[in-house]
Amino acid sequence: MKLFIPNLLANGEAGFWFPSQGSTVAESVDSVYFFILYVCTFFFVLIVGLMVLFMIKYRHRPGVEAEKTVTHNLTLELSWSVIPTLLTIVMFWIGFTSYLDMRTPPASSYEIDVVAKKWSWAFKYPNGWIESELHIPKGEDVTLTMASDDVIHSLWIPAFRTKMDVVPGRYTQEWFNATKAGTYPLMCAEYCGQKHSEMVTNVVVHETRGDFDKWLQVASDIHKNKTPVEAGEYFYKSRGCIQCHSLDGVPKNGPSFKELFGKERKFTDGTSTIADANYIRQSILEPQSKIVDGFRPIMPTFKGQLTDQDISAIIAFIKSQK
Amino acid sequence: MATVVDSSNPKSNFPIQYRELNYLNCSKGWKSWFFTLDHKRIGIMYLIGVTCSFFLGGIFAVLLRTELLSPSKVLMGPDAYNQMFTLHGAIMTFLVIIPGVPAAIGNIILPVMLGAKDVAFPRMNLGSFYLWMFGAAFFLAAIVLGGLDTGWTFYTPYSITTSTAVITALLGVFILGFSSIFTGLNFIVTIHTMRPPGMTWFKMPLFLWALYATALIQILATPVLGITGLLLVVERAFHIGIFDPTLGGDPVLFQHFFWFYSHPAVYVMILPAMGVISEVIAVHSRKHIFGYRFIAYSSIAIAVFGFLVWGHHMFVSGQSRMVAVIFSAITFSVSIPSAIKVFNWLTTMYKGSIRFTTAMCYGLAFIFIFSIGGLTGLFLATLATDVHLHDTYFVVAHFHYVMMGSSLVGLFAAIHHWWPKISGKMFNEFWGRIACLGVFLGFNLTFFPQFILGTRGMPRRYYTYLPEFQGLHIMSTMGAYLLGLSSALMAGVLIYSVYRGKKAPANPWGGASLEWQCSSPPPHNNFDHPPLAGDPYVMESVVYNEEVGGFVPVECQGDNKESVTASGDKEV
Ligand code: HEM
Ligand SMILES: [Cu+2]
Repeated sequence: MKLFIPNLLANGEAGFWFPSQGSTVAESVDSVYFFILYVCTFFFVLIVGLMVLFMIKYRHRPGVEAEKTVTHNLTLELSWSVIPTLLTIVMFWIGFTSYLDMRTPPASSYEIDVVAKKWSWAFKYPNGWIESELHIPKGEDVTLTMASDDVIHSLWIPAFRTKMDVVPGRYTQEWFNATKAGTYPLMCAEYCGQKHSEMVTNVVVHETRGDFDKWLQVASDIHKNKTPVEAGEYFYKSRGCIQCHSLDGVPKNGPSFKELFGKERKFTDGTSTIADANYIRQSILEPQSKIVDGFRPIMPTFKGQLTDQDISAIIAFIKSQK
Repeated sequence: MATVVDSSNPKSNFPIQYRELNYLNCSKGWKSWFFTLDHKRIGIMYLIGVTCSFFLGGIFAVLLRTELLSPSKVLMGPDAYNQMFTLHGAIMTFLVIIPGVPAAIGNIILPVMLGAKDVAFPRMNLGSFYLWMFGAAFFLAAIVLGGLDTGWTFYTPYSITTSTAVITALLGVFILGFSSIFTGLNFIVTIHTMRPPGMTWFKMPLFLWALYATALIQILATPVLGITGLLLVVERAFHIGIFDPTLGGDPVLFQHFFWFYSHPAVYVMILPAMGVISEVIAVHSRKHIFGYRFIAYSSIAIAVFGFLVWGHHMFVSGQSRMVAVIFSAITFSVSIPSAIKVFNWLTTMYKGSIRFTTAMCYGLAFIFIFSIGGLTGLFLATLATDVHLHDTYFVVAHFHYVMMGSSLVGLFAAIHHWWPKISGKMFNEFWGRIACLGVFLGFNLTFFPQFILGTRGMPRRYYTYLPEFQGLHIMSTMGAYLLGLSSALMAGVLIYSVYRGKKAPANPWGGASLEWQCSSPPPHNNFDHPPLAGDPYVMESVVYNEEVGGFVPVECQGDNKESVTASGDKEV
């Protein structure tokens, strides 16, 4: 008993049915839910009540036969067709109006891009910073524009009562306005393979916009939070180097980074050089100046997009690829 | 256990009848079964196949629930879990529920209820059974050849990219589809052409109306599933770009195709069960069914509306708001005919003489469980709440209440109601009722907590979960164990009756439809003389006869007509 009861009832400050309400739509969703619940409970009690009553009252007794009653009564049958119909129209209507709110992203809202893939979430903030947790300010409309890298996922935040599939090949949107600071689970609700159930992360709601901005500034100050190698890896992944440069030695559109540092490079113009820090820096800022033998001159320049500190981090990362 | 002795009837021995020929003993040897054209034998083979599939799917279910006792690993890793819930779902859906009542029970009972010798196309009937076996074999092959981990819904693009045996399983589904279409076609033609003199459409037992409506869905919807499955096979094999977004395909298109079949299929699962309940409630309350026409029309209404609501599975798929709104509105229309039936059943019980036979207990359990299943559907039809509840344990609970709690309990009711007719034996009512109680309690303990899990934030198809959900998961698993044991007990009671059961009279419960007029088990051709059909629900037309231990037609009461002499007892 000790095992069940506390777990069953203790759900934080949450109610019996729902986790606590964390967004502006949660309240209307819950009220729609409870309206339906009361109607259903009424009918359920009516049905089972009548059933039990009849079971007791009309149970077979020896010598007593069933009484012949009418086999049809139009008024009765029309009334139990029409009354439920009217009730379902009400349900439809309140569900529909509340849904429209939920599915209409406000015109000006804070926008965060989401990329879902097996089995993680990537939230990209307006300043370009990418984080695996969702951080948002309280009391502000937030719109997620979502895309998937592989299969269908679905972004669900139970406390916010919103959910939307993330479908490869198109963008979907989901918006909410958080009403309470705190940390809530965010999960994938559409089956996506082996680690589907581990595609769970957090939404962190910051008390004020100021707190949120401060968090974003600190978080995205990558050189303070990470070692140069980690920071370099972050740029390697987030700035798209990963699309053309592998880490396993297999060349893609560009040479692999594996064991690159310190090796001799041969170029299409016949010259060659040792791949040192200067060479890597030059390749990032002026990629067309030296083209490695066997590759096409397709790498874009990153001039103005990466600071010197960023580039040093990338060099440290490439150096670490042994 | 002592053998079953009905103390109310000391003369429970019928030596003459033991020597009578019936469909079970009229020919012997495996060939006489495997090449039989007798609808009853084909039905029995289906019943055995369905039962084996049910226990296989059930073992998977118990393993799944055991794994969920704890958020960490109990028995298996995530890959095995994903394959297991897929196979559990696919087996239960395609091999148990869809063929359960129509193909197994319908096959045995439909012609007898019509007073006919057989279905319209006996050879096609045997053919559809072998197609079913063949399709089932493909499923088993899929388990061996790498399993299947897509979920029974096969959503793209996951099903295109996974390395498991998707093609094998889809071929299985394709073949099973043909089996289903053939059965449906056969039933429709049989009902149209083989009703006996006197049986107009509105004198037809409601079970037949339900089978008729089901058959319409089967032949109209199943081809869509077949084609969808083939498109997916083609996509996987040749990468054409129908559903695969990397090739310009549309993954949501697959969902539309899939649910265009699978939503109506949900009614293939529930309609026949509703038909069973109409029979069971009327017969065991000894009352004329109330509102016959409303029940009959509501079956057809469900079949028709069932085709218009598939989009409610995609409220969060990114389909347009307009489409979502339209689908939500139409979806509610299906709830009305279901509500009508429930009220009709209740009114049928009014002023009846209710006998709590095992079949009736399952019928009452059906009303209880189906009410929960149907009412919780309203939360999912409503847009705002569905957004929160979609793909959660609330949905798992809801569809188990409808599919397992209602369809399967309907099948159990049917088996117990017609068991004396099918096997010629009475089973032990006491143990039958204990099993029924166990199924009822176990079922609710398993699935009710899942509604709460769902609203609180537990997604479905999860191998592991947040620790706060453990209490409810443990409850659910305990329920599953009880449910499993009770189903095994039920099977045991029935099998025991075949060997030790008391000989069944022609009409043990007092039904007025035609199947109760032939002996139990029926002879090879069902009836010696074509029976005359009247109103199938005038229960006063039969009365209990002590010596027979069952009911006999009123006009036979007291004089030496066939059904009385069958007892071997000539005195008046
Ligand atoms: C002892 C009885 C049963 C138990 C304990 C049980 C349990 C389960 C469990 C644990 C799941 C996985 C839920 C998830 O994570 O999404 C599941 C899924 C499912 N079950 Fe059952 N089940 C039972 C009987 C049935 C029956 C009789 C049917 C059908 C007639 C059925 C149909 C399904 C379907 C269609 C799925 C979905 C599979 C999927 O997600 O692909 N179950 N069941
Ligand atoms: Cu996912």
